[in-house]
Parts: sequence; structure tokens; C-alpha cells
Amino acid sequence: MMDTVTGHMAVGDPILPGNHEHAARPLAIEARGLVKRFDGTLAVDGIDISVPEGAIYGILGPNGAGKTTTLRMLLGIIDPDEGVRRVFGHDRPQEIARIIGYLPEERGLYPAMKAIEAIAFMGALRGLPLPEGRRRGRELLERHDLGHAAERQIRQLSKGMAQTVQLLGTLIHQPRLVVLDEPFSGLDAINQGKLERMIRELADDGVTVIFSTHVIHHAERLCEGVAIIAGGKVPYAGSVETARDRIPAQVRLETRAREGAWLDALPSQARREGDFFHFPLPESGIEPLLRQLIEGNAGILSLSIERAGLHDAFVHIAGEAAARALAEDSAADLAGERR
Amino acid sequence: MIQQTHARSRLSRLQAAWVVARRDFVAVLFSRAFFFFLLGPLFPVIVGGLAGGIGGQVQRESVSHEIGLAMSGADNQALLAAQDRLRPQLGRNLPMLAPVEAAQSEPDFDSRTFLEQKRGNYAAILGGTLDAPELVGTRGQVVRWQGPVALLVGNAADAQPEALPQIRAQLVSTSAATVRTDRIRTAQAAQMMLFLLTMLLAGMVLSNLVEEKANKIIEILAAAIPMDAVFLGKLFAMLAVSIVGIAVWGLAGYGLWSLSGGAIADATGFNPSNLPAPAVGWPIFALLSVLYFAMAYLLLGALFLTIGAMAATVREVQTLSMPVTMMQLMVFFLAAYVITQPGSTLEMVAIVFPLSSPFAMLARAAMQETLWVHAAALAWQALMVLLIVKGGSTLFRKRVMKSGGAGRDKPRRRLFGAARA
Repeated sequence: MMDTVTGHMAVGDPILPGNHEHAARPLAIEARGLVKRFDGTLAVDGIDISVPEGAIYGILGPNGAGKTTTLRMLLGIIDPDEGVRRVFGHDRPQEIARIIGYLPEERGLYPAMKAIEAIAFMGALRGLPLPEGRRRGRELLERHDLGHAAERQIRQLSKGMAQTVQLLGTLIHQPRLVVLDEPFSGLDAINQGKLERMIRELADDGVTVIFSTHVIHHAERLCEGVAIIAGGKVPYAGSVETARDRIPAQVRLETRAREGAWLDALPSQARREGDFFHFPLPESGIEPLLRQLIEGNAGILSLSIERAGLHDAFVHIAGEAAARALAEDSAADLAGERR
Repeated sequence: MIQQTHARSRLSRLQAAWVVARRDFVAVLFSRAFFFFLLGPLFPVIVGGLAGGIGGQVQRESVSHEIGLAMSGADNQALLAAQDRLRPQLGRNLPMLAPVEAAQSEPDFDSRTFLEQKRGNYAAILGGTLDAPELVGTRGQVVRWQGPVALLVGNAADAQPEALPQIRAQLVSTSAATVRTDRIRTAQAAQMMLFLLTMLLAGMVLSNLVEEKANKIIEILAAAIPMDAVFLGKLFAMLAVSIVGIAVWGLAGYGLWSLSGGAIADATGFNPSNLPAPAVGWPIFALLSVLYFAMAYLLLGALFLTIGAMAATVREVQTLSMPVTMMQLMVFFLAAYVITQPGSTLEMVAIVFPLSSPFAMLARAAMQETLWVHAAALAWQALMVLLIVKGGSTLFRKRVMKSGGAGRDKPRRRLFGAARA
């Protein structure tokens, strides 16, 4: 199983460690040892990723970590210098372009084109006849409350509407694999929520969705599996649950008594912050500790056990520097949205 | 198995190129840019007027200066000696004199017949004797050279003549030199037209690519279809737009000429109906003009697209295109220069070098009757278009798609930026 911090996975390993029901699922994407250099600079350094069919999979990392380059290699837009990738078993992903939808990070549409024509054109690029693309496009626009915008030019739409149009264009040919590069960037909270719902609906329909993000919450809320990417490497690829399990749950304890022999029962890592003690959940569980606290008259006012989040796992796996970069990117995004 | 189900799950190159070409063609044709594009010829008309000076110079130099000598051997020698004496003072105002070999070897030599049979490349032939010289040639050539010939004959008869002899003129309807000179005019006009159209229209390919980059569409295209199909689609869309443009200009020009052709000819001194027939005949020449225009346009367009592939930003595209534009000018001058040197090594260079090939070959169609060379040249040019497109698309994959566009040092993305189609 690839449940190690080194991240490299042997061929044939189960896909999402700790999730045995997925072990037998066929792979939508399988990449081994992908390497890409640009002008001698190593952009991606030996990345392994496996995404089972029907999964929502996140590629999580700060800007410049190599997410886009990885996605472009997976899609066949650029070729890796080393390593292999297979999409639905094909070594050359562009050969199956009709069943793939791709939303690049650099959003763009022809500004003079009508929304419905833009959607139909994107479908035509993937082999969908224009009349059918227009028919489906109208349906999709109606379904997303944008029916009134069908005949309007892209330049006349708001940013959010234009992004939705592009996303619908990505889905118009009913792909089996949807690849979204930073899909939440530039969207306000409402549109982010809508996009999350769309992604879930796609997965419910059996579509494999892989997206890159530098916002941990999106990955944590949506993804079955994640690849954490930092500095062109993938220190972790596996299930979100397994990533969170890497860090012991944290105990938060509040007591009435300030002193007493019960203090000796607390783990050595316990630290006091105001009225609270914080420490990792002991390996023996909480029950023996509880017994000692009660017997020592600690006067328990509150006690909670908090499971580590993906953010903590990210810090643990990728390091403080990568986590700081991720936080900065998220903050910059937020500032951009507010502007 | 998915592999089996979707084994052919992608548009073919031609289908993909068609999707791109259709979009681009419709988008450009129904844009304001196309209206301004139609006004474009006004600019080359002005440039053409200025460049006409250069063309005139070429034409003056291309007209034959050679007068054949058909007098007795002694008279010929005396004329050649006179030429040598006068040349330092009069330079190119004097014709080049050369004895006509046939006049010495053929007892029944007749200058008029010789010229009418288009033998040799003489502007005129000087016969008779030094006392009774006779200049045989077309009216234009006789009028042009009568004075200098009189000076030469007078000087040959007497180193310091008191009066110049009377030159008797005998006119012929045409000669090889005159036909060649006339066809050069046709070749020049065709080359100039081809050059102006190519430069004007190939720029559209570049602006189309700039638009594509500004609108950030290119990655959507690159992800869905082969890059060479994108390039081909764009090239042929722009070619189709160009042909529509040319048709509009042609109709407008024809209408204008029908209404006031005489006045235009009087004002400009140029009457296209007076252009001599090209060597291959007008119908084939017209067909070859269309084909060579298409090739010249595709070659330059493919090169501009390749430049677009090498450039990472719109500014780089514009900067890199400048040397190509300059090179195209040089290529045009080369092709114009070799009109007067058929069969030379330089002409072969101009024919083989892809960018000058259509120009040189169009001139050749005006000057020479041989047809098979055009088939070979067109095949060669088409091959070069494909090679440049392939090279450009490969470069694109290697160089342009090398950044995620969201690096830590980069400015924040501008969604749906200011660029407008």
C-alpha cells in the first residue's frame, strides 16, 4: 500500500490505502515516475498518482508546486521527460479526448462568441456535432439558471457566469473523466458552493473528477483521495482519511482544579493554554486517563477528542514551509475574491 | 473495456482542423476587424506607389541595351572602337554593341527577319554601312537608340565628325527582346500584387494567434485536438478569409474600372489591359497566381504561427515577427531581382528557398512556357508548409506549455482579461 510519506507506490498496489472497497476498482488515471524539466529546471520530480474510476481526487499544493504541469502531462498536452501515464489504459491520453473534459487554470473563451456557441464549440472540439452541442448547451444553461444568457456574448457576462459557461463547455460532451485545474479560483463563496455540488453530481453519475487546488477545505470536503504535491514531488498520495490518521487525535481538557497529583497522569506532551490542556490521544485510549483524572479529583469541566484535519496532515507531510505557502495562496485568493 | 470502446475516440486531424477553421472563419468574417481588413489595400496602394520607383529601376535595367552589328567586319570594328572611345564620357547612355554572328555567317542574312524570328536578345540591329547606316527594330527601340547610334556611327567614320549621319529606320513589329521586356512587366506586376496581398493577409494569421493567446483559448484547443490540426485550421481559415477579401477587392476594382477605367489609366499611366500576355497564357497564369498566392500565404502564415509557438507572451510574438517581415521584404527583392536572370544560380536559389519560391515561380510563369516545373514547385512548397506546421506545433508543445501560469512570482491571474475578439 502506498501509505508512506515517501509517496512512491509499487505498481499494483491498492489505490486508496485504507479503503479496501476501492482496491478492486479499475483505474481512470495511473502515473508512475513522471518527470518534467523546463530549460534544465526540474518542475516535476518522479510523481506517482493513481485515481480509480468514479473517484473525486484532489491534487493539493501551493502555487508553483507542479500541479498544472502534472495535469498537463496526465492529459497529454505535454509529454513527460521520464515516466509513464495511462488514462483509461491509454498511453496517449489525447487519443481518447472525446471522453475527457478539461478546464485549464487560465480561463478563457472567445469574448465575441455567444455563450451557447462557446459551449457548442467546446463540444465540437471533442467530437460533438454542433447542433447537438447547442441542444445540450441550452439544457445545461437552463439547469444552471443561465438560460437567459444563452444568446449573450461572453464579454457581456459576469466573471462567474463566464466561468460557469466554460465549465459547462467542459462537460457538454459528457466526458467520463473531468480534469479541473484550480476550479475554485476566482469564484465567490456562492459559486464555489455550486461548483462543489456539480462535482458531487458528476461523481454520483460515475464520472471521475480530478482537480487541483491550493485550498485544503475543498479537497477535504470533496475528495476521496488526494495527492499532496510540494516542490515537484508527491510526498503523499492516498485517501484523505489515511492522511488524517497520520496524526494522532488531539485531546482538549478543561479542569476545575489547577494543581494535584492527577497532573502526573497527563502525557508528557501535554501543554497548558489558559484553562485548557492539549495533548495527543494516548495510544492506550482515553479511558485509563479518565479514570486517573476522576480518582485524582481533577474536576473535569470539559473534554473533547478532535481528529486531525487535512490541514494538520498537510503540515505533517509536506512541512511547515509548504503549508505556509499554501496559506498565503489561499489568503491571496480570498483577497482577490473580495476585490 | 474502455480501450476498445474508445479506441478511435478522437477527431481526426482533418476533422479537428475543420472545427477550428470553421470557428475562425465565421468569427473573422463577421467581426469589425474584417471591415478594417477590407480597407487594408489602401495602405499597400500607397506603399506600392513608393515601391514603384524600385520596380521602375529594375525595369529600366531589365530592358535590353544591346544593339546587334550587321555591317562589314571593318565597319563593325570601327563602331566598337568608337564605343570604347565614347563610353568613358557617356556611360550607360550608349548601347552595348555586339556583332551579330549570323550576319557574318549567313549570306542571305536579313535583320528584319532575324528580329521577327526572335533570334538573339538585341534591342535593334544596325546594318548598312557607316555612310548609309540602317537601324532595324521596334518603334520604341528605334526611337530610343537612334540618337546614340548616330553618335557612334559618326564617331566611327570620323573621330571628330562635324555632323552626325542620318540613320535610316526600319521598323519591325516585335523582337525577342521586346517580348521579354514586356513579359517582365507582367511578371513584375504579378509579383508586386502577390507580395502586397501576402504581407497584408499573413499579418492576420499573427493577429489571430495573438488573440488566441490573449483570450487563453489555446490550452483548451491543445488539450482537445492535435496542435498541428489547430495550426492547419487557423491557416486555412485565414486563407479562406483572404480569398473572400480578394474577391471583394476584385469586384470593387472591376466595378471601379468599368465605371472610370479610362480616367484611372490616364491618371496613373497604368492600364492593366495593356499588360502583355504571360508565357503560359492568361488562363493558366491566373490559376497559377491563385495557387502561388495560397502557397506564399500558407508558408508565411505557418512561419508566423511558429513564431507564435516560440513566444511566451503577446509582446514576444510581435517582436519576433519583425525579423520575419523584414526577411520577407528581402525575399521579395531577391525574387524581383532574379526576373532578369533566368536560369541563373540565383534564380534557382530563389525557387528552392520556400519563402521566395512562389514569387520566383510566378515570375517564371510570366516569362517561360514550361509547365511541369510549376507542379514540382507547388509540391515542394506544400511539403514545406507541412514541415513548418509540424515544427511549429512541436515547438508549441515544448516551449509554450511550460508554465502553470500561477507560479509564486507571477501576478495574480486576470480572469477573462481585457482582450476582445
